[in-house]
Amino acid sequence: MPTVSVKRDLLFEALGQKYTDEEFDELCFEFGLELDEITSEKDIISREQGDEKAEGASDVVLYKIDVPANRYDLLCLEGLVRGLQVFKEKLEAPRYKRVSPADGGEPQRLVITDETASVRPHAVAAVLHDVTFTQERYESFIELQEKLHQNICRKRTLVAIGTHDLDTISGPFTYTAKPPGDIRFKPLNQSKEYTATELMSLYKTDGHLRHYLHIIENEPLYPIIYDSNGIVLSMPPIINGDHRKISLNTKNIFIECTATDLTKVNRFTVILILLLFCNNTIYTLQFKRLESVRFFIFLKKLILFQKGCIKSQVTELAYRTETLSGDFINKRVGINESAESIAQLLTRMCLRSEVSGEGDLIQVEIPPTRADVIHACDIMEDAAIAYGFNNIVRSTPRTYTVANQLPLNKLTELLRQDLAAAGFTEALTFALCSEEDIADKLRKNIAETRAVHISNPKTAEFQVARTCLLPGLLKTLAANRKMPLPLKLFEISDVVLKDETKDVGARNNRRLCAVYYNKSPGFEVIHGLLDRVMQLLDVKPDRNQGYHIQAAEDSTFFPGRCAEIFSCGKSIGHLGVLHPDVISRFELTMPCSAIDIDIEPFL
Amino acid sequence: GAAGATGFGSMADTGLLESLLRLLEKVDGGTDSQDVAADLGVDHQVIVGAVKSLQALGEVISTEQKSSKHWELTGEGREIAEQGSHEARVFNAIPDEGLPQNELMKMPSGKVGFSKAMSNKWIRLDKAHEGGPRVFKTVETIEDTVRDKLQLVQKGQSAKLEDKEKNELKKRKLLSEVTVKSYWITKGSSFSTTITKQETELTPEMIASGSWKEKNFKPYNFEAMGVAPDCGHLHPLMKVRTQFRQIFLEMGFTEMPTNNFIESSFWNFDSLFQPQQHPARDQHDTFFISDPALAHEFPQDYMERVKKVHSEGGYGSQGYKYDWKIEEAQKNLLRTHTTAVSARMLYKLAQQEKFTPVKYFSIDRVFRNETLDATHLAEFHQIEGVVADYGLTLGNLMGVLHQFFTKLGITKLRFKPAYNPYTEPSMEVFSYHEGLKKWVEVGNSGVFRPEMLLPMGLPEGVSVIAWGLSLERPTMIKYGINNIRELVGHKVNLQMVYDSPICRLDS
Repeated sequence: MPTVSVKRDLLFEALGQKYTDEEFDELCFEFGLELDEITSEKDIISREQGDEKAEGASDVVLYKIDVPANRYDLLCLEGLVRGLQVFKEKLEAPRYKRVSPADGGEPQRLVITDETASVRPHAVAAVLHDVTFTQERYESFIELQEKLHQNICRKRTLVAIGTHDLDTISGPFTYTAKPPGDIRFKPLNQSKEYTATELMSLYKTDGHLRHYLHIIENEPLYPIIYDSNGIVLSMPPIINGDHRKISLNTKNIFIECTATDLTKVNRFTVILILLLFCNNTIYTLQFKRLESVRFFIFLKKLILFQKGCIKSQVTELAYRTETLSGDFINKRVGINESAESIAQLLTRMCLRSEVSGEGDLIQVEIPPTRADVIHACDIMEDAAIAYGFNNIVRSTPRTYTVANQLPLNKLTELLRQDLAAAGFTEALTFALCSEEDIADKLRKNIAETRAVHISNPKTAEFQVARTCLLPGLLKTLAANRKMPLPLKLFEISDVVLKDETKDVGARNNRRLCAVYYNKSPGFEVIHGLLDRVMQLLDVKPDRNQGYHIQAAEDSTFFPGRCAEIFSCGKSIGHLGVLHPDVISRFELTMPCSAIDIDIEPFL
Repeated sequence: GAAGATGFGSMADTGLLESLLRLLEKVDGGTDSQDVAADLGVDHQVIVGAVKSLQALGEVISTEQKSSKHWELTGEGREIAEQGSHEARVFNAIPDEGLPQNELMKMPSGKVGFSKAMSNKWIRLDKAHEGGPRVFKTVETIEDTVRDKLQLVQKGQSAKLEDKEKNELKKRKLLSEVTVKSYWITKGSSFSTTITKQETELTPEMIASGSWKEKNFKPYNFEAMGVAPDCGHLHPLMKVRTQFRQIFLEMGFTEMPTNNFIESSFWNFDSLFQPQQHPARDQHDTFFISDPALAHEFPQDYMERVKKVHSEGGYGSQGYKYDWKIEEAQKNLLRTHTTAVSARMLYKLAQQEKFTPVKYFSIDRVFRNETLDATHLAEFHQIEGVVADYGLTLGNLMGVLHQFFTKLGITKLRFKPAYNPYTEPSMEVFSYHEGLKKWVEVGNSGVFRPEMLLPMGLPEGVSVIAWGLSLERPTMIKYGINNIRELVGHKVNLQMVYDSPICRLDS
């Protein structure tokens, strides 16, 4: 969940109202936000680096507010204020439209060449005219860009935003891709020119930029944007050129967004990001002079589709109208409001709505900033939020049903109780472990374990799903060696085995495992536990109709001290004294006996 | 144990005990065990044993441990107290006509005694004497003060010496200071000068013979802990799981088969209308399976409908408008939520000839490839409840949640709008924590999206409400555990498991 940090006093000034912390928390909660923390720069520095470092830092009160993952339009002070003001009916929802340049001139163009296809094939751009920066607006502008990069742009892997002073460059602009050795320019905040290859090694040690290098590092071609004079605007997603740096004096801004492959990014996302950025920027830059802003999005070629399928104009700025009935919303939410009142609720959520005059039908206009509204149920949710979740009457559904336990879980629950009564203590171990745990340490070959392997474990602890419960119990013993002996543990839980008959190629298997750890091996103790379990399952000792054990060889167990367990002639597991190598590999020092059986045959 | 650390087997002999008690009877205000030892002429350690035996008899005597320091002669000190100091022994060995120095030096005390006697000016050395250097007395008589002082200490009158003198002797390794532990003994509340042997336990023989009537039983120590019963213990997280199962069963919910940790992306994500480019489907968040890497069997018609609703929309939805790929849906993974099982169950329900309302629940493991910390593990237990019926409202969801949380002892609830890709509306559930004096999140809930339900074939008017929470979090709160590793996994402290109380969630 993204967090936006805003200065409290600026926020209240923009909202035109002061709140107590509790009142503001309440407002956030109703709107679906969370006032996560009340702090200051001074507090943050003192917490992270100590009181001394915090000396002299600002103690202006900061609100840290959690914003839900679908509401990027709220990701800065300006967006937040707009959302809350509309919610409180103090402001009308803004309406955006694409306009032509005021001077009647040609729109700017961004030409995208075929070479970009292999590395970063998509781009959109916009121009903001006539902006006025102040120090605070400038900071907010930069911060918003960074917030978008970190969240919806997924650390620039999906989308990267570049901003440039339009008055120092001239269109049309070219977005292309070249071998890194052929790219040469002076990057932002550097005093000389470098090739792209040199830049990559230069930034290896840069605390901030090094995190983005991997995105293009191993590509044969690097993406690059030039103006008509061959000046480098940016090498996305890494760095801008130095010439075009935005400053406090910048009046006109050229914004470009470049994006990677469309299997990862919704094709509206790039437009959405651009729109959010421009949109919120307008508020940032011109909060009090909203009318005077001219807002343009120009695209010569919109490459939001796969290469070879090029559209020439942006159409996604369009507003969409949905029609739904008041009754639908009332029935789904569980309220009883008139169509007019529902239309009013929706308007407060930036969804301009009016009753159509036909029955209780309501027409709802979905703005292009609300890519999350794709179904009537999304509109229904906004009506419920505006109504206030906590104002809805809570009622018990009349649904009549009879409960059933899952037979396997019922059996497990009953057995657990009696195993504890038999003196064994329940362990709860991880279902994931290392290959070593289920193979080498048990003197088994990993290829013969039928184990399910994980492709992307961050550490060895998560290489495989366990194929038996024994390693977890032995590790539990190892962590508790200081406890008085004997240690008697059990676990009834699932292991995972490959099984081609299943749709996913694997299945769980419910197993019972117990260990006895003491100065003497206690084969008879673990054997006694088997007898007790069978007694509980009402299976008699009998070679054919009941259960019996039979000497067996198993590499995990000490030779001559292992038996296979049969129930009704079918093998269900093993018991015996563990092999000394197994004991030492689990960092244990005493003899140990164990039992491991499948309980599914007893259902 | 309750029987006391001192058994009757080591009881000191009754005669000594009674002598001690008689002695104690005569003194007012008590006596020190060291004095008793001196009076009775036995070693102090014997008296200490007797005191312990008397203590075991109950309130016959009461005692207070004391420690005192006193001076004691060293081995050399004792020799001097008996035979005189080295210098005195040298002096006494010299006849009036003197003694050759080399002869004197052969005496055991020769070297030390010679120099001390010289510095005391008791003797003189005539180096020029014919026949070699010869030692003569210079005074008639001497006073052996070292011996006198040591004898004082030996008689227990070290108080007569000044500290400076004692330290001087200590430096000469003739005296040492020792700490003695002793008892200050006074009469107890049931003081008596005669000993009656007390019994510890009632025996079958006493019952048979009736001899218990004449016996005196040793008082029981009610302050001591009892002996722990020899039994096994259930794991606290599993105890809480049992309670949650119980609550769902009381509410008429049927348990779902969640014994399938490996799931396809199709059931885990696609069927829930979670787009294929959603961040949760990244390698960073989800464990994918390399073997068996792909699922190979899907309900074909249903899969087509899922593909359509994602890529083109339908059922009143705009869809996500992207290129949906079966390859992505086939990828096997460790399920990230039990909602994958809910999806399978709802699909199965939709295949029934006639829809019947259902209430389902499950509590089982889910897996996240997350960054681990004190409250996050790669696997945890998810609790999930699902109700499917015609015409369920958001108000119904809040009503069920209210009933469910009331059974957990939580009555003050409020709901926050939230975002979840497969529910709309989505609500986070908060409860007021009386201890922390603030609202804390206790679960997540929502109404499943039509884009999830309608492709399954569920009738249009059917709503499905659902909620979920983790099992670990309420358990950690219940048992006051801050680090999840102390609760789950092999690093658990078994003592914690042994000691954990039963779980009653509503109290």
